[in-house]
Amino acid sequence: MSNTALLQINDLSCIRDDRVLFEHLSLSLDGGQMLLVEGRNGSGKTSLLRILTGLKLADAGDIFWQGQSITRLGADYYEAVNYVGHHDGIKRELTCLENLRLVQAMGKPAPIELDDALEQVLLYRYGDTPVGNLSAGQKRRLALARLLVTESKLWILDEPFTSLDKKSMDYFQGVFEQHIQNQGMVVMTSHHEMVMPGPSLKRLNLSE
Amino acid sequence: MNRLSLTQAFIFLLRRDLTLVFRNRGELANPLLFFILVITLFPLAIGAIPELLARIAPGIIWVAALLAAMLSLDSIFRSDFDDGSLEQLLLSAHPMPVLVLAKVCAHWLVTGLPLLIMAPVLAEMLGMASEAQGILLLTILIGTPVLSLIGAIGVALTIGLRKGGIILSLLVLPLYVPVLIFAASAIENAALGLDVSAQINMLLAFLFLALSLSPWATAAALKMSMS
Amino acid sequence: MYLWFNKLGSPPHFYRIAGKWLPWLSAVFALLLITGLYGGLVYAPTDYQQGESFRIIYIHVPAAWMSLFVYVVMAFCGVVIIVWRMKLAEVVLISSAPIGASFTFLALATGSLWGKPMWGTWWVWDARLTSELILLFLYLGVIGLHSAIDDKRIASRAVAILAIVGVVNIPIIHYSVEWWNSLHQGPTVTKFDKPSIDMRMLIPLLIMALSFQIYYVIALFQSSRAELLRRERNSKWVAELSGGN
Repeated sequence: MSNTALLQINDLSCIRDDRVLFEHLSLSLDGGQMLLVEGRNGSGKTSLLRILTGLKLADAGDIFWQGQSITRLGADYYEAVNYVGHHDGIKRELTCLENLRLVQAMGKPAPIELDDALEQVLLYRYGDTPVGNLSAGQKRRLALARLLVTESKLWILDEPFTSLDKKSMDYFQGVFEQHIQNQGMVVMTSHHEMVMPGPSLKRLNLSE
Repeated sequence: MNRLSLTQAFIFLLRRDLTLVFRNRGELANPLLFFILVITLFPLAIGAIPELLARIAPGIIWVAALLAAMLSLDSIFRSDFDDGSLEQLLLSAHPMPVLVLAKVCAHWLVTGLPLLIMAPVLAEMLGMASEAQGILLLTILIGTPVLSLIGAIGVALTIGLRKGGIILSLLVLPLYVPVLIFAASAIENAALGLDVSAQINMLLAFLFLALSLSPWATAAALKMSMS
Repeated sequence: MYLWFNKLGSPPHFYRIAGKWLPWLSAVFALLLITGLYGGLVYAPTDYQQGESFRIIYIHVPAAWMSLFVYVVMAFCGVVIIVWRMKLAEVVLISSAPIGASFTFLALATGSLWGKPMWGTWWVWDARLTSELILLFLYLGVIGLHSAIDDKRIASRAVAILAIVGVVNIPIIHYSVEWWNSLHQGPTVTKFDKPSIDMRMLIPLLIMALSFQIYYVIALFQSSRAELLRRERNSKWVAELSGGN
């Protein structure tokens, strides 16, 4: 194969209840690039993202990571991926710190103090607070903190800015930019406009 | 920093699940209460005839244990499924079957183990022969993990369904039959003073078989349920 | 190997081949069924112990065999689904389940009919009948799970896993029930099969077994064809098919 891109999507199709969400979708993404997936509600953005994580099977087509099919790579692929979906994926009974420790235990820990990470997502004083007592925006920030406390190349983010205020949105936008500059990769859906230097931003509109 | 070893990850998840249960202590007693309640119903329904009760005690206790185990199954994956933790576990860098095993172990510790503690009291109330009570505990110790392991497959298959409860019992109860047969028969034999090694060995064989196969099937079923 | 699989597994191909075979299979089935029934009901001698009522084995035993066979076919399809993700296997698996359940039910019903003159009761907790009953539950579980999941591709994967788990358990359940039965020896007078069976009794039985086998294939082909059309209703080949009429 001639492709050298890290992430390669070949001829991907997704059908739900007789409706073709997308068909023959092919694209590639390399280190230092962001893919912004756009489209109406129900156009298959979430499905595409879930297929990219390997959680959902495509109806046709393949996804390659470093030239190998992700269905074959399994856990080796997951080590390179961080996913934040509609659900925050954090336990309400546990404290913020306990949740982050769990995130680290299940992935590849990044060299960062958990307290620092909490401070960065503006949850410094909440380390020992059970997540159940946090607001929706605070929970979302904690969910996104998984990007800071684990090391991964590819971030797959489904509406990461949901319930975030302007200040936190700006902060995380900065985090994504930093990740792109460090040759990381981001695939995300968002209703908010992303400002990103031209060549590193790719757009995909599923409604067209 | 390095990634956790497999054993560390196993222990970490096991402890997490136990912490979660501990912080929701209210739910802890439910399967146990159910177990006791069902057993209480039998003397009320068939009359408190000591010989009859003693005769059917092994069967009653095991059927009640089966139902209690089945009703508690949903809690293995339910909260993780609802809050998105399960998809994060599926995407973790560790092999899913090992994580599944950790969760099933935690589940057994909080639902199977209490039965073990309560069973002697109930056996005494039903007038079970004292020689048989040791064997009763042994069968519960070996048998209930099998119930949790097999049940995990069923619950993983049905977790995404809105009305999974009834279909779960249809999937799981037939698979529980062998455990029921051998466990009840072991206790019966023990009460008659007969040898029980055949039954105990069979139960052990089921346990090892379930331990080696169920985590894989459960992981595959969870993956299917998430898509 | 893979190519051959692919060709056979392609839905339009299967649809065509199965359609071509159906009339032939039906003819063979009718022939075998008539021969087998004549052999069993008329030609075979009367059993000296059980009298005429033993003749129900010509339905009961083939049905019981098929009930197991169909489950094994389903588990095999399950493996194919998990490993190769073949669409045809999904269709065969789920089309087989009601057929297998019917065979199981037939075996149970005939067993119970046979029980009345032999044991004087409609139901005995005999090892075979009990195993069949549990097998029926396993079938119903497969059918129930499949119908409960809306997305049929996901449902197929779910029942694939279930069928594999079930097939591992069937021998265990069967063995446990036999063992349980030998402990609690009830009013069982005799079992269906005897160590030595008269050739004149055996041959019709084998013919009946073969005709049941062919009946399974016929029923499977028909319901698979229907299921294929339902699943592939948006594809080109189905459109061409209906456009041609």
